[in-house]
Formats: sequence, C-alpha cells, structure tokens
Amino acid sequence: MEFLQPATWAEALEAKAASRDAVPVAGGTDVMVAVNFGRLRPSLLLDLTRVPELQQWDTEDGVVRLGAGVPYARVITELGDRLPGLAMAARTIGSPQIRNRGTVGGNLATASPAGDAHPALLAADAEVEVASVRGTRRIPVTGFYTGVKRSALADDELIAAIRIRPPSGPQQYSKIGTRNAMVIAVAAFGLALHPDRRAVGTGIGSAAPTPRRAPEAEEFLAGELDGLWDSRGELPASTATRFGELVSAAAAPIDDVRGTARYRVHALSVMARRTLTWAWADYRKEATTCA
Amino acid sequence: MRLTCTVNGTEQQVDDVWEGESLLYVLRERMGLPGSKNACEQGECGSCTVYLDGLPVCACLVAAGQAEGREVGTVEGLAAPGELHPVQQAFLDAGAVQCGFCTPGLLVATDDLLARARAEGRTPADAEIREALAGNLCRCTGYEKILDAVRLAADRTAGDAR
Repeated sequence: MEFLQPATWAEALEAKAASRDAVPVAGGTDVMVAVNFGRLRPSLLLDLTRVPELQQWDTEDGVVRLGAGVPYARVITELGDRLPGLAMAARTIGSPQIRNRGTVGGNLATASPAGDAHPALLAADAEVEVASVRGTRRIPVTGFYTGVKRSALADDELIAAIRIRPPSGPQQYSKIGTRNAMVIAVAAFGLALHPDRRAVGTGIGSAAPTPRRAPEAEEFLAGELDGLWDSRGELPASTATRFGELVSAAAAPIDDVRGTARYRVHALSVMARRTLTWAWADYRKEATTCA
Repeated sequence: MRLTCTVNGTEQQVDDVWEGESLLYVLRERMGLPGSKNACEQGECGSCTVYLDGLPVCACLVAAGQAEGREVGTVEGLAAPGELHPVQQAFLDAGAVQCGFCTPGLLVATDDLLARARAEGRTPADAEIREALAGNLCRCTGYEKILDAVRLAADRTAGDAR
C-alpha cells in the first residue's frame, strides 16, 4: 500500500487518474475502520486533507459551495444559519471526536444508505460537484446514489464540493437510533419547505437500498400547502398524517440488526408527520416575527 | 515510510511506518506512549482520544501519514512528569476511575470541554458535559462519578487562564 498526500487539487486528480483503485481518505471515519479491520487494502491511500480548496466553503451567486473536506463540526458552527437542515443532520453524527474529522464529502463517497447527511442533501436539492483530469461536472444529489454504497462517481473522479442553495423556508431533520450519540440511523428523515417556489423537499435515510426522496409525498404536500403559503394558516392534522403515510410508502426497507422493515416504515411516518408539524410551526412563527 | 510530527510539544520521528497504520498504533507501538488506549479501532469508544492540531479526535481513525507535520497531544502530555493535571486529580478524588481503560480518553475530552468553557468564562452545564463525553464509553462507573469529576475539575479550574 502506498500513501500519497497531494498538496494541490490538480495533483490529487492526477493521482486518482493514474491509480483508479486509489481510495481517497479525509476524516478516516469510514476508510480507517475498514483498513483497521483488514477489509480494505487499496494500492494507494490518497490523503485529501492537505488540499486547501477542500477545507473551505464560500458563497457563489447565493449558493453555498461546501468543500468536500469541511468537517461536520464546522458545518455546525459556521453554517448552521445558511444550511440548517444539513447542520441538524451533522449534530446527530457520531460524537465530538467524529464530527471533528468526518466530512460531507466522505459521507457521499461512502454512499451508505444510512449516511446521515443524505436526507438533508436530498431535501435541499443539493448538487455534488465532482472533478477529474477530464473536467468538472455537477450531479444532482437525487441522481448521485446508484445502489448500496454505490454512487455515480466515476473511478477517476473525486468529490470537490457540495452546492446547496440556502433555504427560503424552514428545514427539519429527524433520526432514530438506540441512543443520541454514536448510532447508525435505524431510519432518518429530512424535510425542506421551499416557499419561494411553493415546493417541498424530502429525504429518506436507512430505509431503502439508497437514500431517496418521497416524490408523491412532496407533490401531495405542495398541493395541500397551495392555499396556505400566503395565509400561513393552520395545517390540518389530517394533512400531516397523510404526508407521513406517503413518506413511509416511498421507503423500501429491510429487516436487519438495527431494526425491522415494519418498524422503519412506522418510524418514517411518525418522523415525517412530526418534522412537518415543526417546520410548519416555524414557518407560521416566521410571519409573526417578520410582522 | 517516515513520519515526523510534534507529540506533546516534542518533535518525534519514526521510520518504517506502514502506510495503513493508524496514529494510535504509531503512538503506542512506535513512540512508547501507551496512554491512549486501543479498544474498538472504529471510533466508537473514545479511549484513544488525542488532540490533533488542538481538536480531540479518535487516534485510531487518523492515518499515520495524516499526522505528518501536525501537533499531537496525548494524555501523557496533560501534566508535567510526576504531576497530575487538575482533571486527573478530580477524576481520582471523585472516584471516577475504576478499571481505568477509558480514563485517558475521558481526560482528554474533559480537558477540551473545560478549556472551551473557560475561554468563554463559564463552567459547562450538565447537558453540555454529557454531549462532550458522548463519544467516550465507560463500562465500569455508570458515568455518575465521571460527571462528578468533570464538575469538580470545572469548579477547581474556573478562574484559570488557558
């Protein structure tokens, strides 16, 4: 095994092009576990922690461009206001030690159906910026996950950044596990209300082969909210319940060591209903504080 | 490969490091610093918690090469040789040490928490202590004595400058 520590993005991309089976490592919270347990012996470990661009975030035309190597701890402290859904997801991850190292880019590269960032990224319509020596392209996160721990990333590509438009409305995130810290989600749900385009975003985690959205639930809720965006009136309880049912209907969970498929379906309907109730309450409160 | 980094303020250089080795292995087996403990090797237990450039991390998840040129702080560096750091003294006084295996990681995590709180001129609330230590497992104490120790250390060091 070789260890390479490129100091520039161009060098990193050249290294990946030259060694297609190179495994990139940032926080090491997935990769080093596999190495420690002898499950991963790549020809090349490509350390991305010295590439300055990956450790930065900035704003371009109102869109946050989050470098793939920014650790969760910084997403929480520096971007809690601009990316509330992702910051909420980040707070549920691991422990302080893990949040100091783990990155959103790493979560995407691993592409586990249980990755905590995914539901928030899906709900917010994030885009993944990937690059290779051939050039740069943007992949809508909805199309990024292609299977269990599989993604649309080509074997010469690295994840450069995640692009997320700051919210025009409330975002929420909910995750179920056996304790608050250090859990792999039994099920997770992300919600974003987009009043600017009168739309709803959802993200389901740990309840299908890949993270996925719940399109029917989104359409149903957008339709129900059609008359409520301006009035900011009360949301009928039946709407929240139906939304929960449609979210859980979009899942395709399995029984595993963390929970049963039946429990996951139930949990999703509850989380979807609750997060919607919280988000709508926030949206109504916003109106009072603005006025 | 060769690894050079600063550990507890002293530059250390070791050779023949395997490329897939963790910082924890280097500290324990190559640098003779067995204070950081090796238990889960997957970031679950926190017993290998060290400072990396001032931030607490699980040393088992840091690839050795990632520490090149960085500053590492281990439990051995908390106090001068033969002395006890206030957090160490508080853990002893409160009875927060039983088998002792998780203690080094808890000491580093607690030191970080208290330093951050002191920088803001306050002592941490219980919820904040629980959150800060959520990544450190203890199978002996039931945590109550550990919480006592953290509160004790926080009170004793409240006026200290960092």
